[in-house]
Amino acid sequence: MTAAPTTTALSVRDLDVVYRVRGHDRQVLRGVTLEIAPGESYGLVGESGCGKSTAALAIVQYLPPNGRVTGGAITVAGQDVVGMRGRSLRRYRAGTVSMVYQNPGAALNPALRIGRQVVEAFTIRGVPRGEAAARARDALALVQIADPGSVLERYPHQLSGGMQQRVVIAMALAKNPELLILDEPTTGLDATVEAEVLDLVAGLQRELHTTVLFISHNLGVIAKMCSRVGVLYAGRLVEEGPVETVLEDPRHPYTVGLLRCIPRGGVRKDHGRLDTIPGSPPSLGDEISGCVFTARCALADDRCRVEEPPLIAVGAAHESRCWYHERAPDLPRAEAVDVALPAVDRSGDPLVECEDLGKIFQQRGHEVHALSGVSAAVWPGETLGLVGESGSGKTTFARLLLGIVPPTTGAVQLDGRELAPRYRKRSREDIRALQIVFQNPDSALNRRHGVRRILLRSLRKLAGVSGAEAERRLADLASRVRITERTLTQKPVQLSGGLKQRVAIARAFAGDPRLVVCDEPTSALDVSVQAAILNLLVELQAEKRVAYLFISHDLGVVRYISDRIAVLYLGRLQELGPAEVVFEGPHHPYTEALLSAVPTIDGGGRERIKLEGEIPSAASPPSGCVFHTRCPRKLGPICELEEPPLVEAEPAHFMRCHIPIDELRRLQSKEPQETPA
Amino acid sequence: MAPTPGRPSEARVARGERARLLVRTPSVLIGAAVVGFWIVCALFGEWIAPHDPVFDNTFPFSEPPTRDHPFGTDTNGRDVFSRVIVGSRDVLLVAPAATLLGTVLGTALGLVTGYFRGAVDDILSRIVDAVLALPLIVIAVLIVTAVDSRSTWVVTVIIGVVFTPLIARTVRAAVLTEAQLDYIEAARLRGEGSMYVMLKEVLPNVMPPIIVEFTVRLGYAIFAVATLTFLGFGIQPPSPDWAAQINEYWNLIDPYWWMVAFPALAIASLVVCVNLVADGIREVYE
Repeated sequence: MTAAPTTTALSVRDLDVVYRVRGHDRQVLRGVTLEIAPGESYGLVGESGCGKSTAALAIVQYLPPNGRVTGGAITVAGQDVVGMRGRSLRRYRAGTVSMVYQNPGAALNPALRIGRQVVEAFTIRGVPRGEAAARARDALALVQIADPGSVLERYPHQLSGGMQQRVVIAMALAKNPELLILDEPTTGLDATVEAEVLDLVAGLQRELHTTVLFISHNLGVIAKMCSRVGVLYAGRLVEEGPVETVLEDPRHPYTVGLLRCIPRGGVRKDHGRLDTIPGSPPSLGDEISGCVFTARCALADDRCRVEEPPLIAVGAAHESRCWYHERAPDLPRAEAVDVALPAVDRSGDPLVECEDLGKIFQQRGHEVHALSGVSAAVWPGETLGLVGESGSGKTTFARLLLGIVPPTTGAVQLDGRELAPRYRKRSREDIRALQIVFQNPDSALNRRHGVRRILLRSLRKLAGVSGAEAERRLADLASRVRITERTLTQKPVQLSGGLKQRVAIARAFAGDPRLVVCDEPTSALDVSVQAAILNLLVELQAEKRVAYLFISHDLGVVRYISDRIAVLYLGRLQELGPAEVVFEGPHHPYTEALLSAVPTIDGGGRERIKLEGEIPSAASPPSGCVFHTRCPRKLGPICELEEPPLVEAEPAHFMRCHIPIDELRRLQSKEPQETPA
Repeated sequence: MAPTPGRPSEARVARGERARLLVRTPSVLIGAAVVGFWIVCALFGEWIAPHDPVFDNTFPFSEPPTRDHPFGTDTNGRDVFSRVIVGSRDVLLVAPAATLLGTVLGTALGLVTGYFRGAVDDILSRIVDAVLALPLIVIAVLIVTAVDSRSTWVVTVIIGVVFTPLIARTVRAAVLTEAQLDYIEAARLRGEGSMYVMLKEVLPNVMPPIIVEFTVRLGYAIFAVATLTFLGFGIQPPSPDWAAQINEYWNLIDPYWWMVAFPALAIASLVVCVNLVADGIREVYE
């Protein structure tokens, strides 16, 4: 090894990377320069397509075959990485740098036991086999796996996502790397699991002084994990500085816009529309003259179009690539604030109501209680937010309402009329009243059908119109969701994620629905697009008095859009109340844990409440209160023996807990009362 | 509505891209050229062949290849070269017809089983597994013997029916993948019937594997038709079909090798080249 004395663990200088697509070189990274000191934790943020992952792949010299470094240098621990190949590259990857990818399931070989894979991480560095087995056990203990012996014996599919990611991290740390790259390591995980993995990584970093390059689109995660942050836009580093400074006093219009898009600090839909970043990022390889952000920047003038700004020092170790960085904090809003939301009137009859709704799935002879005894109601023009970890029954609840699966107990009522259990048996009136916007528009839109065909068919089936009337309605619908005539002629593959989701929303609204289930409608989108979609949903609600059942794991989003919130755990309703009350507390201990798990941009936040273990299987739910196995506020045997009833603890606030609400208020007020994002 | 001018639709770009990729692959070009040659021969064989393949039997019997008869003459004094040129006609009619029949039936079966799942799927899938366990030729011979008819129609139908489960299995797998996508649920949630969802929503998305399967099966079908014809079923003399010629003269192969070798080479060239094209198409679609 040619390790020279050095003060940086990673140094990237003027890095240019291109991808060759259809015979043309398309530039992905444009002169990226960054440095990470040993033991430092550096965050790289940006929206999809900005080049975050490309930067990581260039550092480990693992670009796809059509990608190559065309300029600049990468140095890791004194080794020049660019152009490294053969044995030195192998040695570099085996001993110097480690990478943890987003999807731990794909990072582990499904056919080999965990033990063999972890042992290999050691033997590849020359640790003798006998010793490696012991080291593997220690490595799993280090990532806080309670029972390393049994985990080593298992196959990846027998572990939960959080456990898999721990194993991957253990393997990445096995070689005690000079640089650990984490590429969206918690993006696919539940909030509570994410919090645990992040705590783990932060703890290990403190303990082992590992240098970390942390890549994420989630500013909250970056705020929690990193000391310095770089903001990437269109392959250019546009702002860099200490995390608190950048997030609290951003000096690049892009960073400012990004931070404004995120619903946080308790902002709600009746406070006003979310700001957005107009336009869309440049496509791969577009020729850009001047500043990369010009096309979407409200501050841009002729100078920006011609002359690219350098990184300008704007504060202590804080640089921004903007000529007008001092004006950036006062960036004009792209969206007007005004919003006129009529208040929800709950004095009348509810629109949709269900009583004791339950669903039992038969799975290999086992009864899986996906949902038990859920009673809830939604009033016209209201948004009911639905939160809970995966496996809590959120999606099952939505599918029961829509009639995709019939309930085992209870029934769904619309306007006080009982609906048929399956949509096949429902009248067209009932079918059009309840519609859905799916999470992933790629999956929700038929890729062989044009947008126009998709929407016309929905108008015909849901609104019962055809011919000239359908054309008129189509134009109306398109203008409502802001899709252009041109979009109508395209197929889904030609559209951006945000446009696709608009088409999916238009489809749901074709028949003037009365309640629309929104199943994580923005979780596949970038935050700037998410803001625009949330604004659209709120607008449609104000106009049409439509009710939403809004499912999301992003509590900031749920808080922004919901009037009331229902919290599910293991198929049981744990808490139901007005959004403000559920968020401000006193909350159910489970809600409390969920809220505390969310990493916030504003930093600090409440003390993390750790949940022990994993969600129990719905096939054999715990006795008594289903949450008692993980509850940090468990009282004693009563929780194990008796399921608490769902009681109206205070007006309109329902809770299922043995602890009286006043006691909860007292317990929870002891801790710093900060609201999460 | 006409697509926006100046910017072709993505689907057309993809199609163009696929076509370009196909044309750039040398093996596909060779395969297509040979297959194209045999198709032309099947259509216009009479004009290409120097002599009438069936009735022009005025030449010396059993003559080895000469300048006048490059492939020699057969025991009836007919020009083997002319017979080889025209001999592709029947097999190029029967094999694609059989494959098409199998593809249509298999697609229908695969759509139904993959879309509805449940008991129908279980029962049909077991039958498919059972059929797949037997070699194609064995089944075909069994059925031909059972129905006791040797007509080309029967052979066409038999090969088509035997192909059905094979194609159904591929289509079913593709449908199962599609069925997990939300657009199916979205269609049902606007009140679409099963027929509409299967034919208008799912079918267009499973066309690529169907096209691949069709071309791959076509190679097998040619081989199967040839085999059955050689065994005495299917295409009958006096048709100058290649396999029929081999059937007629295989016991004379020593010393009259040219009567068997040239038709055999013709069959081999067609099967191999159809497979070259099929491989290319599969590669492009996957």
